[in-house]
Amino acid sequence: MTYKKWFLFTMLCFLIVGSQTTSSPNPANAFTSQVIQQGATGEDVIELQARLQYIGFYKGNIDGVFGWGTYWALRNFQKDFGLTIDGLAGQKTKQKLADASNYDEGFVKKQIQKGNEFTYYGGVDPSKQTKPDSGGDAEQNQNTSNNVEPSAANVPQGYSKNDIQLMSNAVHGEARGEPYVGQVAVASVILNRVESSTFPNTVSGVIFEPRAFTAVADGQIWLEPNKTAREAALDAINGWDPSGNALYYFNPNTATSDWIWSRPQIKKIGKHIYAK
Amino acid sequence: MLRWIVISVLALGVAGTAFWGYQEHQEKNSILIQAENNYQRAFHELSYHMDILHDKIGTALAMNSKESLSPQMIDIWRLTSDAISNVGQLPLTLMPFNKTEEFLSKIGDFTYRTAVRDLNKKPLSDKEISTLESLYKQSGNLKDELRRVQNTVLEEDLRWMDVQMALATQDEQSDNTIVDGFKTVEKKVEGFSESNVDSSLTGTSSKEHEYKNLKGNNIGQEEAIKRSKQMFDIDNDNKLKVTESGKGANLPIYSISYNNGDENGYLDMSKKGGHPLTLLVNREVSKKNLSLNEGLQQAKGYLNQFDFDDMVSFQSNQFDNVGVYSFLYNQDGVRIYSDAIEVKVALDNGDLLGLTSRNYFMNHKKRDIPEPELSPEEAKEKVNPEVTINEENMAVIDNDIGEEVLVYEFLGVLENETYRIFINAINGKEEKVEKLDGTEINFASVSEGRVVSSLFP
Repeated sequence: MTYKKWFLFTMLCFLIVGSQTTSSPNPANAFTSQVIQQGATGEDVIELQARLQYIGFYKGNIDGVFGWGTYWALRNFQKDFGLTIDGLAGQKTKQKLADASNYDEGFVKKQIQKGNEFTYYGGVDPSKQTKPDSGGDAEQNQNTSNNVEPSAANVPQGYSKNDIQLMSNAVHGEARGEPYVGQVAVASVILNRVESSTFPNTVSGVIFEPRAFTAVADGQIWLEPNKTAREAALDAINGWDPSGNALYYFNPNTATSDWIWSRPQIKKIGKHIYAK
Repeated sequence: MLRWIVISVLALGVAGTAFWGYQEHQEKNSILIQAENNYQRAFHELSYHMDILHDKIGTALAMNSKESLSPQMIDIWRLTSDAISNVGQLPLTLMPFNKTEEFLSKIGDFTYRTAVRDLNKKPLSDKEISTLESLYKQSGNLKDELRRVQNTVLEEDLRWMDVQMALATQDEQSDNTIVDGFKTVEKKVEGFSESNVDSSLTGTSSKEHEYKNLKGNNIGQEEAIKRSKQMFDIDNDNKLKVTESGKGANLPIYSISYNNGDENGYLDMSKKGGHPLTLLVNREVSKKNLSLNEGLQQAKGYLNQFDFDDMVSFQSNQFDNVGVYSFLYNQDGVRIYSDAIEVKVALDNGDLLGLTSRNYFMNHKKRDIPEPELSPEEAKEKVNPEVTINEENMAVIDNDIGEEVLVYEFLGVLENETYRIFINAINGKEEKVEKLDGTEINFASVSEGRVVSSLFP
């Protein structure tokens, strides 16, 4: 391929990508000033992953979540470039990385927005590193806004996003009028039951156990949960248990079973009494 | 006269029929919901079991010792049978779903055969390991597909009862996302060649130490309010409400709460010593101004302020604009897993949003940590040689039977997955192997077209 053809081809690529791309590494514009550490999400992480992949350290998906794969890639980079090996992307590391690699922001963000499967290795034609995911009829979103959502999300170890969703549904159905702590407490009762040997061992098993939750029995669980219910479920999964290790709760005004009153009570939050 | 009698009898009849009809309707509805719930449960459990199955197979690959491999195989075998029974409960009788069941029973057969064999005499052959590897990959694919369907089901509020109707009537018009999704799952499995969850460690201390080593004297309500104001960092005490715990609590506590318009705070404080056990502040968190790392510095500051000494950062995660950090107690360079504290920091202004130290106070004490009898090198030899070890630590964990044991903790990589491996520092036993994940494809945030398009190939 002649130089001219190559030039035209590159230009064409840029046209297809259709956004302002910076073709040369520009350290001054690279990254924001934050120290990026494991567990972080967002655009800086996308850039970090893309740059690490460009020079061959990172082999995972560029998804904007600083997970273990990114962590090891960063440490290997620090090791090979004679930096302190701490797995943190601080000023020095970021500068070294920006000098050593190239970041085509437009290309990378476009791929993420479109949900394409792609890689970003240096020295390989970008257009060969992407393929539209399944069928290619993903909507052509020409919105070239600079804000790109990471294509992955942190989930607490051992839980999936769907588990969290299911729990938020249950919390919303059972306790939507309750104070926030009350909602966290309801979520932690579900988790305490999963842990307990007398109840099913999965979140869905506990929630759908016949006659366990009224919101499940009357279908209220299928109401769209609000943000608060989601946060409450997440807090409970992350370890907060305001119920004091309770396995039961009931509303004293509407409780129909005498048996529930015989349980040793722990505390009352909002309208619910929590018991062992 | 007769006319009136006839009219009233008829009216009664109509009213009675209406009442009876209404009751029937209610009954039908509640039975529908019941049936729907059973389907939902089977489906979500299937997805969950596939998740765990995938993790367990991955963990088995990273294991080295025969003592832990056999129980692991039994576990996988048990999970496959759970998953098969979940499939059996789904209303899919009218569509072919047998490939998936076949795949599951293939895993089951394989793990059963290896589990009942004496692995000391006849360890896994290379061929068996490669079978396990391919099962791992395939179960990963299957898991992702199922999660995708599950996500659509939850997002779009789909009903299994509708699926059943759609299948029964062959009604092409109706929304059959679930059916299509399952067809995709089934297709994936067909493509596999013929040759072939555990929650996190922290906070799952199985043996409760019952707050035996809680220090300090009992405090009164006045003192509790005074301390809680410092902890919440608020000054008006008028709105603070205090309640005491009931008989069922395993530790007597004060629960202190306040409500300032958009902000709610809640704190459980032990009566003995006035220690904070659970603190939660709920408010709207606005735009992110702090990085996760700056949040960590804040979190460390709060721990100091609350007099928790010698805590080391263990994990940090960003959920939207909130940083969640977990810390472990560090005694002379040994990380004590059961003495864990979680801290939540708002990344808009660095305020404390939550702290939970139940595990810490339940277990914490000064421990007599024995000298390790194995050198780090000797312990490393116990780890599967395929695993590249990148980091090592000394730690105390709770083993299977809830005893605290001193271990070497190795963080290693095998085939792009990271594992945490614990080797007993006294007798060299492989105590625990954990596959670390914690990120997941964000099905919802990727442009809407993607999920849907994959369901309608």
